[in-house]
Amino acid sequence: MKLFAWVRSVATALFQRARLSGEMQEELDAHIQLRADDLERSGMTRREAERRARVEFGGVARFKDQSYEATGGAFFERLMQDVRFGLRMLRKSPGFSVVAILTLAFGIGANTVAFSILNGLVLRPNNLPLPRNLYMVEEGTHHFQQSYPDYLDMRDRSHAFEGVLAFNFAPVGLDSGDGSTRALALQATGNYFDVLGVQPFLGRFFHGSDEHGPDSAPYVVLNYAYWQAHFQGDPGVVGRTVQLNKYPFTVLGVAPPDFRGTALFFIPDMWTPIVNEAQIEGVSELTARGDRDMWIVGRVRPGVTKGQLSSDLDSLAKALEKEHPKEDDALSFALARPELMGDYVGAAARAFVTGLMLLAGLILLAACANLGSLFSARAADRSKEIALRLALGSSRKRIMRQLLTEAVIVSLAGGAVGVAGSMALLRWLCTWRPVPDFPVMLPVSPDLTVYAVAVLLAVISGLVFGMVPVRQVLASDPYQVIKSSASGVSRRLSFRDVLLAVQISLCAVLVTASLVAVRGLMRSLHGTFGIDTANTMLVHTNLAMARYSAEQQPMMQRRMLDAVQGIPGVSAAAYGNSVPLDTNTAYRNVFADSMTDLRESNATQVTEYDVSWGFFRTAGTRLLAGREFTLQDDKSAPAVAVINAQFARKVFGTVEKAVGGHFKVSNGTRIEVVGVTEDGKYININEDRQAAMFRPILQVPSSVTFLVVQSQRDQKDLTDALRRGLQGLDPGLLFSIRTWRQTMDPSFFPARVAAMSLGALGALGALLSITGVFGMAAYSVSKRLREFGIRIALGAQRKEVLKAALGRTFRLLALGSVAGLLLGLPAGKVLAFIVYQATPWDPIVLGGVVLTMLTLGLVAGWVPARRALATDPLILLREE
Amino acid sequence: MTVQAQLLPGTLDLLILRAVSLGPLHGYGVLLRIEQISGGALLIEQGALYPGLFRLLKQGLLTADWGVSENNRRAKFYELTAAGRKRLQEETESWNRLSGAIASALAPQPEEA
Repeated sequence: MKLFAWVRSVATALFQRARLSGEMQEELDAHIQLRADDLERSGMTRREAERRARVEFGGVARFKDQSYEATGGAFFERLMQDVRFGLRMLRKSPGFSVVAILTLAFGIGANTVAFSILNGLVLRPNNLPLPRNLYMVEEGTHHFQQSYPDYLDMRDRSHAFEGVLAFNFAPVGLDSGDGSTRALALQATGNYFDVLGVQPFLGRFFHGSDEHGPDSAPYVVLNYAYWQAHFQGDPGVVGRTVQLNKYPFTVLGVAPPDFRGTALFFIPDMWTPIVNEAQIEGVSELTARGDRDMWIVGRVRPGVTKGQLSSDLDSLAKALEKEHPKEDDALSFALARPELMGDYVGAAARAFVTGLMLLAGLILLAACANLGSLFSARAADRSKEIALRLALGSSRKRIMRQLLTEAVIVSLAGGAVGVAGSMALLRWLCTWRPVPDFPVMLPVSPDLTVYAVAVLLAVISGLVFGMVPVRQVLASDPYQVIKSSASGVSRRLSFRDVLLAVQISLCAVLVTASLVAVRGLMRSLHGTFGIDTANTMLVHTNLAMARYSAEQQPMMQRRMLDAVQGIPGVSAAAYGNSVPLDTNTAYRNVFADSMTDLRESNATQVTEYDVSWGFFRTAGTRLLAGREFTLQDDKSAPAVAVINAQFARKVFGTVEKAVGGHFKVSNGTRIEVVGVTEDGKYININEDRQAAMFRPILQVPSSVTFLVVQSQRDQKDLTDALRRGLQGLDPGLLFSIRTWRQTMDPSFFPARVAAMSLGALGALGALLSITGVFGMAAYSVSKRLREFGIRIALGAQRKEVLKAALGRTFRLLALGSVAGLLLGLPAGKVLAFIVYQATPWDPIVLGGVVLTMLTLGLVAGWVPARRALATDPLILLREE
Repeated sequence: MTVQAQLLPGTLDLLILRAVSLGPLHGYGVLLRIEQISGGALLIEQGALYPGLFRLLKQGLLTADWGVSENNRRAKFYELTAAGRKRLQEETESWNRLSGAIASALAPQPEEA
């Protein structure tokens, strides 16, 4: 029906045009006849009179056209004419069209991807009701996370919040009757779903009224996707009891499909009440005010501004500090967006995305410069055609419009190709799970905003590079152009040369940045971190998941260690509750032995690892002084620790003074230092020196177990052997076996992403400079073929011809590369924040940039140079 | 022969309105009428008249109807609408003010004498 109406309206418009045109023709004819009548009356023959009348009248077609335009109906028709003509012109030079469209496709594609990421990560709020009212409350000084008692105070005493919720994450083993599988649970306060304002897809959610003290709410709500994957979307699952870490939990309901929690990543498989933390994690820290492992998200009351909220929280922080001087010393609350887990992930993500946008913008700029010079060369080639059209009565306005239409056609085509390419890439990114075992998902699927931005970018860039040749067209004098057949090559620096130099320097910036990043990543992958990760496997399990009691856990760990050591080919093994560069790291406040006021602001913060005897030998960590832990360092022995060199320097002054010395922890316990290790990397591979300490796991037991296994055996063999050995001890035990390198993947993730995207952008930059240099060189050679013919005829050597043909292009290439390299150096400094050991002052990087640009020049100049050398003077001279 | 002046931009519309205000005319007639009332002093390119006519039609200042000319040819006749008459009056006044002002500005001033 709609289609029919549309067809009819188009038909009417066309019919109207035909009728109007006929009428106009008739009117103009009548005019000429009337004039001829007058002339005939003055004594001319009829034929003579008609001829004269026609001459006097002028160009009938032109006036008809202008009249038609005056009636206002011509706009779309003109446009269609321009489009048709533009398409015809583009089809006539397919090489130009393909190069132009691809160039722009790269530019638009890179920007679409970058903008989708910006949109998905930073701009777009999460999909909850009134998302702008939700704030994450971070502990300001260093923790990001908060303690449960502080949360309770905030919930009960803050006036600016309508509701405040808290949550943390815990890995769980879920057994629904057919064996245990690992999953990620989000442990939430009872009001979680109510504050967020979501409704269940099936069954019900848990509420604040379900909380009646520790372990009172054994309920679980399933993530929709998890329910689909593990329960085949069976609605009968509601009300069933499943085993979570061997404790019975009742499935209350299923969350709606698009509910992912408050953050864009860290998407949980299920939600459980935080009051049951002891069952899930084996221990509960809900009463410890100093234990900060909760994320807090609050929904502000309508009408309360962010400023009012901040001051409300500030006064709460001051009050809490007064009430609990020891635990809440220097407490402060900061507000952040919850989508990126506040600044925990957000700061780095925002910095990265901003950098990505900037670089993608550079790509687009380079593409536009490239296209600008292409179009300007084309306009110069077409100057005769344009002059002819001007001479035949076309207006300059009309010609410009036509040229711009052509540019916009190219840009839209390029935009379409670019967007299509980026969609494919984005679709892949959406399903990409960069860190195994941890549900990070990049929600970068494009939406309407992204498409709109892509189209806008395409049109704007089309207009930008389409404007470049306009000056040329406006300045052209048809008489001059047609008279002089071949335009001489101007010797001075033309606008096109400047464009090319700018484009090359932009590309050189990109190439420099990408080489710096890639080289930095390569170095950091082969750097030392105070551990020897080669040939080392990690077995990760949590004994609480298999419901081992606190008393049973050390025994079981011992049996596991013995079993692993018994596997042939295992040269060393040990275990700990965490290992350096894993994602779960505990912080501890320590104090010098002389300190009596044990408040947080006097503390030194260190990372803590609780490890077994033989750990340092197995992990390849060098001991600078003192000894390893032994089996005798258990609960009956004095509390001891091994610290790293940074800790020794910070608290004791030197490594030598540390051994035999004591330090204190928050509860006042004195701990003796028995050994000092070299410094390593603990949280990030690009961190500054961090203080760290190791405690004997027999003194500080933990259910979380990382077995470190060193062996020369084939990885797959060893994995199978480990699995068999451990399952022999307890078939219900859940564990993951990976190489230590794989465990470190999350630490490398930012650097890897940065290097990957920069590498891709650098490659794009290189491609663009090839097309740019090639376009210019090919154009200048084709313009001057006749000159080369004469030179060759007069006896010029190949070298001289080459110099004449490509000298200018290569001078521009050199100039642009140097400028780009200089600009790229500061960019490298910025990169050092993300990529460990990224420095541009590296002979390999500097040499690499020079070599790359030179290679690009040679590749791009090859074909034009061949053409210049192959010039046959006879053929050329005969042609003209 | 009198010296023919180039039209100032924008004045063609005014002249067409004036020509048609004296009675319905076809295109060629408009041309002759302008020549006649300007004493042959204004040169108008014949074809250029038509875009002007269509512009005025679109603005609703003129209406057009097919009819038969004095020497029996089918031709389109233009007539002034009420809006056109009003516009002609306004434009004439503003033109007179302008030309008067320019004339007095260009006239020899006492201090120049």
